[in-house]
Amino acid sequence: MTATSKATAAIVGSGNIGTDLLYKLQRSASIEPRWMIGVDPASEGLARATALGLESSAEGVDWLLAQDEQPDLVFEATSAYVHRANAPRYAERGIQAIDLTPAALGPAVVPAVNLDEHREAPNVSLITCGGQATIPMVAAVSRVTEVAYAEIVASVASPSAGPGTRNNIDEFTRATSRGIEVIGGARRGKAIIILNPAEPPMFMQDTIFCAIPEDADRDAIAASITKMVADVASYVPGYRLRAEPQFDDPNPMSGGMARVAVFIEVEGAGDFLPPYSGNLDIMTAAATAVGEGFAARILADRTPAAS
Amino acid sequence: MTALSAFPAAKAYSADLDIRITDSSLRDGSHAKRHQFTVEHVRSIVGALDDAGVPVIEVTHGDGLGGSSFNYGFSHTPEQELIKEAVKTATRAKIAFLMLPGLGIQDDIREAAGNGAAICRIATHCTEADISIQHFGLARELGLETVGFLMMSHSQPPEVLAKQARIMADAGCQCVYVVDSAGALIMEQTSDRIAALVAELGNDAQVGFHGHENLGLGVANSVLAVRAGAQQIDGSTRRFGAGAGNTPVEAFVAVAEKLGIRTGVDTLKIIDAAEDVVRPVMDGECLLDRLSLTMGYAGVYSSFLKHADRQAQRYGVSGAEILIEAGRRKLVGGQEDQLIDIAVSLAEKNSTLAGKN
Repeated sequence: MTATSKATAAIVGSGNIGTDLLYKLQRSASIEPRWMIGVDPASEGLARATALGLESSAEGVDWLLAQDEQPDLVFEATSAYVHRANAPRYAERGIQAIDLTPAALGPAVVPAVNLDEHREAPNVSLITCGGQATIPMVAAVSRVTEVAYAEIVASVASPSAGPGTRNNIDEFTRATSRGIEVIGGARRGKAIIILNPAEPPMFMQDTIFCAIPEDADRDAIAASITKMVADVASYVPGYRLRAEPQFDDPNPMSGGMARVAVFIEVEGAGDFLPPYSGNLDIMTAAATAVGEGFAARILADRTPAAS
Repeated sequence: MTALSAFPAAKAYSADLDIRITDSSLRDGSHAKRHQFTVEHVRSIVGALDDAGVPVIEVTHGDGLGGSSFNYGFSHTPEQELIKEAVKTATRAKIAFLMLPGLGIQDDIREAAGNGAAICRIATHCTEADISIQHFGLARELGLETVGFLMMSHSQPPEVLAKQARIMADAGCQCVYVVDSAGALIMEQTSDRIAALVAELGNDAQVGFHGHENLGLGVANSVLAVRAGAQQIDGSTRRFGAGAGNTPVEAFVAVAEKLGIRTGVDTLKIIDAAEDVVRPVMDGECLLDRLSLTMGYAGVYSSFLKHADRQAQRYGVSGAEILIEAGRRKLVGGQEDQLIDIAVSLAEKNSTLAGKN
C-alpha cells in the first residue's frame, strides 16, 4: 500500500470518544490515523495511540499545527469551546474538520441522509448522538409523505452520558430538534433525552414519532424505514429496529394527528467503550463514515486522471 | 409551642407555619386529566385553593414545561396560558411550575417567569441531579424561588439521595424534595430519606416530601416526613394526581390540625374545595385500584398509569403486565415511549402462544 492510498487524519481529544474513534479509524480502508492529540500526558488514550504506532502529543493542537506534515482530516473530540478556537486554524491550513463536539459551526451531517451534499465543506458537525440515531428515521418518513411534526425520545445509560452532555443538556435538545427539521425534513422538531441509571446499563434506545397525514401510504413508510435502518446499519452495525413501526390514528392525546412510531436500539461495537454506550458508538461510527466520504474525494483529487 | 416540639428533628417552616404545603392538582393532576386542562379549570381550582389558604399552587403539563408531546400527551391548552391564568386568579398563593431538564429548556423557564410564576421546581431522576445545574442557576438569576425534585426516591438508599441533594443545593436549589414518584415508600423508608437529606443540607437548603397514594400511605408518610425535618409537603386536593393520586391535601390538612401542625390552610374550606370544586373537574376519582396498586407494589413511575392503560387497550394486553415489565426494565420517569414497545412485545408473545394451541 503506498503512502498516498489513504487520507491522513489527526484525532484531537484523547478522551473516551477520541480513543473509541481511534479503533474505528484503524480499521478504515481509506483513512490512516497518524496523530493523536491531547492535553494530559497521563491520558490513557494517548498511551494507547502511541502503542498503536501513532504520533501522540499532550501539547494540544499547537503541537499538531507546528508539524511539517499536516493531516488531510482532523476529528475534533474535545469540547465545543475548544473546537470554536481550533476551527479557524484548521480552515486556514485547508484541513477538513469533522466535529464531534456540540459546537455546530459547520453544516450538520448524518451520513445516511446528506453526506453527499457536504463532501466539500471545510467543517461539518455531527450534531448529537440522538440526532445521528433518529434523524435518519425522520428522513425515511419525510421522503414518503409530509411530516408536519417529529419528536424523538433518546434514552441513554447514565454512565455513558459524560460531563459534556450533563452540563449542557439544553444544547442536546436544541441541536437535535434543529437537525430533525433541517436534515430530517420535519416542519417542526422536538427532542427529549432521558438518562437511565439501570444496572446492568441499557443499550441506547430511541423512539421516533412522526406526524403523518391520515391517508398516507403506511406500507411505503414502513418500507422506507426498513431501507433506512439498513443504510445506517452499514456504518453502525449495532443499529436496529426493536419493533415494527407502529401506526396510530388521530386521538385527543395525539393532538389530533395520525402518527408513526419507530423504535430503535443501538448496541455499541465495543471498540473502546462498552457496548451499552451505543450513543457514543454511533457518533464515532458516523464520524468515521463522514471521514471516509471526505477521504474518497481527497483521494480521487490526488489520483492523476487516467488517460 | 406546637406539637412539632415533641420531635427533635422537626423544623418549623417559618414563624407562622410549621410546614408549607404545595398543591399539585393542576400539575400532577394533569396526568389523570390526560393533559386536557382548560383556562376555566385553572380559574376555578386556583380560586378555591387560594381562598382556603393553600400557600403554593403548581400549574404545568404533568411532565413539566414542554411536556406537551406525542410521548406524554398533547395539552388541550398551552401550559403558559394556564400559568398566566393561575397568576391572575391567585390573591395570596404563589404559583409554581415544574420542569425536567432534557425535556423542557431554559427558555421555557424564562417564559414562565415572564408570565408571573414565582417558584421554579426542577425535577431529575434521583441519580441524575447534575443535569439540573444550569437550570437552577438560571432560575435564581431570574429571581425565582427554587425547589428540586429527586424523582423515584424509593429506588436509591438515603445516602445516595443525600449526595444528589447536595448537588442541587450547591446549584442554587432552596428546597430539595424526596419525591416518591412510584408511591412505593413505606413509613420509615420515607423518614430515613428525609433525615439523610436534612443531615446533609443543614441550613443550606430545606427538605420536602412529595407522596403518592399507590400503597395508601401518602398522609402517613407525609406526617413522618414532617417529624423527620421536612419543611415543605406536596399534595393534591382530592388526590388529583398520577397513579392512585397524591397525598390528599384536605386529609393531610385535617390530620395536621389534629396533630397541632400549622399549615395555614383552612381545614373546612379545603374539604369543601375538594368536593365542590376539584372533584367536578376530574374525569374520575384517583383510585387505589389494580393498576395503581401494582405501581406502588412494583415501584413504577405513577405517570405511566394512563399510558399503560391506553396501550393495554390498543394492543389487547394486560395493563398490569405492562407495568410489571416497566418495573423489571427499571424505567425512569419520561420513558413513556417504552410502554408501547412493551405492549407490542407482549402482544407478539400472546399471539405466538395462541398459535401454539
